[in-house]
Amino acid sequence: MISLQGVTKRFAAITAIRDLSFTVQAGQVFGLIGPDGAGKTTTLRVTSTAMNPTAGRVTVGDIDTVRAPEAVKQLIGYMPQRFALYPDLTVVENLNFFADIFGSPRAQRAELIARLLGFARLTEFQTRLARNLSGGMQKKLALAATLMHRPRVLLLDEPTTGVDPVSRREFWDLLTEIHLQGVTIIITTPYLDEAERCTRVGLMYRGELVACDEPRTLRDGLGATVLEAQSAQALQARHAVEKSEGVLTVSTHGDVLRLLVDRAERAAALQAVWQANGITVGNVRVVRARLEDAFVLMLTRHDKT
Amino acid sequence: MNSRLLSIIRKEFIHILRDPRTLAIMFIIPIVELFLLGYAVTTDIRHLNTVVFDADRTPQSRQLVEAYRASDYFAIARYAQSEDEIAVLLDSGAIRAGIIIPAGYGDNLARGAVAQVAVLIDGSDPTVASTAFAASQSVGQAQSIKIVTQRLGVDVTRLGGIEIRPRVWYNPELRSANYMVPAVIGIILQFLTTLFTALTIVREREQGTIEQLVVTPIKSWELVVGKVVPYIAIAFFDLLEVLVLGTFWFGVPIRGSIPLLLGLSVLFLLASLGMGLFVSSVARSQLEAMFLAFLTMLPSIFIGGFLFPLEAMPGWLQAISYLVPLRYLLVIIRGIMLKGVGLGAFGDQVLALLILGPFIMFGASRRFRKSLE
Repeated sequence: MISLQGVTKRFAAITAIRDLSFTVQAGQVFGLIGPDGAGKTTTLRVTSTAMNPTAGRVTVGDIDTVRAPEAVKQLIGYMPQRFALYPDLTVVENLNFFADIFGSPRAQRAELIARLLGFARLTEFQTRLARNLSGGMQKKLALAATLMHRPRVLLLDEPTTGVDPVSRREFWDLLTEIHLQGVTIIITTPYLDEAERCTRVGLMYRGELVACDEPRTLRDGLGATVLEAQSAQALQARHAVEKSEGVLTVSTHGDVLRLLVDRAERAAALQAVWQANGITVGNVRVVRARLEDAFVLMLTRHDKT
Repeated sequence: MNSRLLSIIRKEFIHILRDPRTLAIMFIIPIVELFLLGYAVTTDIRHLNTVVFDADRTPQSRQLVEAYRASDYFAIARYAQSEDEIAVLLDSGAIRAGIIIPAGYGDNLARGAVAQVAVLIDGSDPTVASTAFAASQSVGQAQSIKIVTQRLGVDVTRLGGIEIRPRVWYNPELRSANYMVPAVIGIILQFLTTLFTALTIVREREQGTIEQLVVTPIKSWELVVGKVVPYIAIAFFDLLEVLVLGTFWFGVPIRGSIPLLLGLSVLFLLASLGMGLFVSSVARSQLEAMFLAFLTMLPSIFIGGFLFPLEAMPGWLQAISYLVPLRYLLVIIRGIMLKGVGLGAFGDQVLALLILGPFIMFGASRRFRKSLE
């Protein structure tokens, strides 16, 4: 449904994305993750026709975004990261405006708006000015606005950033509903629990795609074991073993140490190091890997090469 | 009509109506500007504060002072006791002119000799000074002829010579309002269209809404036209506002055709909208747009023939002024209102606007399209 082939986007001083290639099949939810400045927003922008790539080719539904942007615009709904509707227009006025400019037929307009308002649970706020909506409601309104022309593809740029956890879950419920209607979705997110809900995940780093697969494959194909341990001196414990053989990364979360090691058998050697340094560390155990572990490891490896 | 265009126009009107303060400003600006310029900018210089040092104190010297007072140009505010006192008063700015009649003035006249009188003029304001300069000479000459006539016992004006009878056309009373009010129309048209076009487009960028718009089927010309149409409507409303106030309050005549005035103003709008569009493609914030729009106003005000006559400027500045669209509109508006002339009189101006307008618009649109990226 969506395909990027060798896409590069250069701005005056920086290259935002470099030789990026990936494909999203129809009906998939594709999650783009990566640290700030990795090029996620630029990737969505060149896919949405908001920008033309410097090099490479982007197609949506087999239509080239540079050669036939107008046809692509009819297929996609793009939701920028910033709230991009009119703050001084009401909820309904905003929806009507976007319906108008997409030339959606007036006959079914009222019904479509009523359905989307119900869907986004904004019916009772329809005469409220957009600027007076809460952050979560603004996101839902923006989503509804991108759905006014019944797009086949949704491009969502961090739609849940800065939204409270309840609204976040509600937003994902809406996405699931849209997904079930067969809409293909590309979503960027800083939250890895959201990435786990995607069909496929692409990890971007410094303008490149570092990994791209199903979340489970990425997690299980980690090639490392995750150990957790507890210590009142977690920071000292971390420094003591950071450079030890077989230790890939160490992080602390309160009094919990989380270690990525090449083999589970390393645990004994680590315990010996801690004892030698007089640090008490207990309850060392192997735990299930999370997507986050996979990404931290990949970025660490990527930096080394 | 294009339904996308209509929905942008409708949306823009909502923006304007939901911002009543800006709306009020748009209607009040012309009134304030009209009253300030109609009253404050006056070149009719009368009753200059004048001090007299009469060292002669004869009937002849008193006659001369009376002649100056009667001329209406000089208001004799006080009498000084010395030349130094006049200098002090001129320095302080309390008076603008000083008349010094030396001792022996009356005697000289009685002897049939030339009697000298000094007139000191504060030249810090050249407009005031040049009026005072000319008036002091003409009053003196008239008085001189009177004295000669008395001496000879014949009326010298009946001995032949030249009699000048100046007659002022179009604005016989030389009222400044007649000159300023038509110009205010031009300034208002340019100000509203340039500034608000720039602001409304930059606002879309500042709010981030442009990012949503570029992925819709809206074409850039539809966006621009749709956004400026409401401001054109307001500009024309303001134009009529100024015409009505100018006519009924300031008594400025409209001798020519109002439809012609409106029609040629539309021609001018192409240029001023183009400047607004250009500003919007350069400015990154509304504040910057505001500054830049004011910057485009400066040449219009100073070398567009709004306040200062073009003829008095050095050649190179006049050459630059040919690029200022307002220059042509002012000739057109003043011509229609004060002279009552028709289209035939504005061939050059219309041609200039027909070239400048599309040129500015074309350049600005190119830049604007690039700035969307």
